[in-house]
Amino acid sequence: MHSYPHRPQGTPPKYRNSAAFYDVDGTLIKINIVHAFAYYAARHPGLIDSARRSVKTALSIPVFWAADKLSRKWFNEIFYRSYEGASEDRLIVLAEELFEDVIKPNIYPRAKALIEESKRAGIRQVLISGALDFTMRPLATYLGVDDLISNKLEFVDHYATGKLEKPFVAGATKADIMRSYAKAHSIDLAESWAYTDSFSDYPMLAVVGHPTACNPDFRLRSLARSYDWPVLDLDEEVTRSVARRPQGLARQIRRRT
Amino acid sequence: MRAIRPKLRSNPREHIVTIDNDSAPRIMWSGENLIMEDLPVGTRVIYPNRPMTPVANPQAAIRYALNHPEASDPLHAMLKPGMKVSIAVDDISMPLPIMRTPDVRQMVLEIVCEMLADHGVDDVHIIIALGLHRRMHDWEIKRMVGQKVWDEYWPDRLYNHDGCDPDGMVVLGHTPHKELVEMNRRVAESDLTIYVNLNFVPMNGGNKSMAVGLCGYESLKAHHHPKAIVESNSFMDPPKSYLSHSFKRQGDLVEKTLKVFHIETVLNNRCFDGPLSFLQKNEDDFTETDRLKFQGMKWALDRLPFAARREIFMRTPAAYEMIACYAGAVDPTHDRTIAKQNEQNVVPVEGAADILIMGIPYISPYNVNSKALNPLLVQVMALGYFYHMYKNNPILRDGGVLILTHPVSDRFDPVHHPSYIEFFNRILTETTDSYTIETKYQDELAYNPSYVEMYRRGNAYHGAHPCFMWYWGQRGREKTSRVIVVGADNATVPAIMGWETAGSIAEAVAMARGTMGRSAQITMMHHPPYMICDVT
Repeated sequence: MHSYPHRPQGTPPKYRNSAAFYDVDGTLIKINIVHAFAYYAARHPGLIDSARRSVKTALSIPVFWAADKLSRKWFNEIFYRSYEGASEDRLIVLAEELFEDVIKPNIYPRAKALIEESKRAGIRQVLISGALDFTMRPLATYLGVDDLISNKLEFVDHYATGKLEKPFVAGATKADIMRSYAKAHSIDLAESWAYTDSFSDYPMLAVVGHPTACNPDFRLRSLARSYDWPVLDLDEEVTRSVARRPQGLARQIRRRT
Repeated sequence: MRAIRPKLRSNPREHIVTIDNDSAPRIMWSGENLIMEDLPVGTRVIYPNRPMTPVANPQAAIRYALNHPEASDPLHAMLKPGMKVSIAVDDISMPLPIMRTPDVRQMVLEIVCEMLADHGVDDVHIIIALGLHRRMHDWEIKRMVGQKVWDEYWPDRLYNHDGCDPDGMVVLGHTPHKELVEMNRRVAESDLTIYVNLNFVPMNGGNKSMAVGLCGYESLKAHHHPKAIVESNSFMDPPKSYLSHSFKRQGDLVEKTLKVFHIETVLNNRCFDGPLSFLQKNEDDFTETDRLKFQGMKWALDRLPFAARREIFMRTPAAYEMIACYAGAVDPTHDRTIAKQNEQNVVPVEGAADILIMGIPYISPYNVNSKALNPLLVQVMALGYFYHMYKNNPILRDGGVLILTHPVSDRFDPVHHPSYIEFFNRILTETTDSYTIETKYQDELAYNPSYVEMYRRGNAYHGAHPCFMWYWGQRGREKTSRVIVVGADNATVPAIMGWETAGSIAEAVAMARGTMGRSAQITMMHHPPYMICDVT
């Protein structure tokens, strides 16, 4: 067997003060915070209580959807009220199972590879998510990121009050948090990356020098095309094989949407 | 009985036509459309040679080459049961347009794979040697290698090269000129590598095959820089090309380190045939049928939307035929390839032009099956490839004016060319100086994790590829005094690249004469198919 040295692992010096900020729901994983809540609801002690909470969650989905469309602040207030009375221990213990059963199988096929590429370039990795910190922690460990910024539930005597600690990690606040983070860690935002799937995260894309739309919704895809931002589709299953792209008219339509 | 031989050429000077008062207007490509324009009296129009007669039995020619190689043992004598073999194959960037099936690479692969199996060689991988080009889609690979090879090897033993895979690349060493040589790990660890090349232009093949097709970004930097381009006079004249010299140095190290058997194929220039064969004719020789065909085609193209026109052209493969196959050691094999290729493509021309006119078609090596020929690729076709289609002396004299026809629309394919978009809109609007771009921006694009991810797992060209494309036009930019675009659908895009616009060929010629004088010699290169002008 021949033996050759590995190729030189050069890291361009300019990336030493750079960070990559990733939204999580819809960007790195296929599911969102409602899935996590439904998981907790379905695993409530007592069969009847569990069924009751699952039905209640299902019925609330249209309300959550409408609130999210109108205002992320309203959505947070309505949605996180559902956690009121939950014990801190139970939420943390179930978070590991939530990760293994729900989150891990729903990580986009190319998400980990993207983070690996970014780490290889010497860039600091940060998850910035509107989900709850205890649900995101196992994912952050699995992906090997440097920092996790996410929402925190308020607890009194180890029981959730149904309110979030401020500031809420959402919308324009994400951009503020990123600015503060950059200042605290001597990060140059002009040389940093942000990845998100949703138009509602436009502020976090606007504050970095390298915004990238990941599996974008229609509005963000249009915006990315207008601003000439790269568009990544992390949901395409790619090993050595290449996913077949639609041909002809179908391809044109797909590219436009 | 004597074989009936096709008529080769009635007039040895038929490839050059001088426009007279009663000459027909000339057809020029303008992206996904054609235009027909009258040229000034006295304009010299250079046509490619007629297609050479193909080999009667391509499979037999391939087998003969494998069994009678240049400065090497025959392929069968190099095979031992149980050995580890890699087959590297040229990617879809050549020929242009894509050729009809069976692709010549399919014919070679089928014979080679059969020979390997017959000799008990089972550990065989086929690697698409794409360098830093985009990964080929699975349907493109299938079309290129054919059903038989596809069924046998895809996807575990037939795949795209990945120049950014930290575990998949190794360093072979440095040349005496301190040029780094990286190599695909599988190839480096094989007992034998067989390179299957489709040689379309003289700058390809030979040492470039292994040194570029299977390299990484850091070793490509050795020759893909502005100085190398400026000092290549021209790309298409290997003895006078800096690029070729650098490929040779890297190739020598590869040959010294690895065991490589090269197979090179040469095609004729039958770009269009059947109903489109009139596009290869001298317009003065058009029949009424040819004129009707052109008018019908033009009428339809003028009315079809851009995407439909593009789709039609992309789905119209060329009728190229194999005219030779050589095999063996890299240099003697490539020398024979180049000689045959020159026989087909070189046309003798006396004297350089002051004003050079060329139509830019819809295709380049980097936009096969893409959404558009983006402005950077228009630039690389004009100032890179077509400007360099000469040997001995430039076809456009230094300080001359280049006139080209293309809409130069602000269209990019975001899947294939994502970093081109940033390059064109951000970097090129800050500076057009290649040397500044090389030092300030190239590594930034190369190591941008989004672009690396898109290159490795998507279907995007490498992040630094648009920089190379801009350098490719550096000599042309430095040696021409003006570039005038006819038929541009906007003024902004040409202006970013430092080009002027004109409404018609007549207007462009008037502008060019303002620089070059009333007696300026005007030449039009009538391609595709391309030709290489041997200028004396």
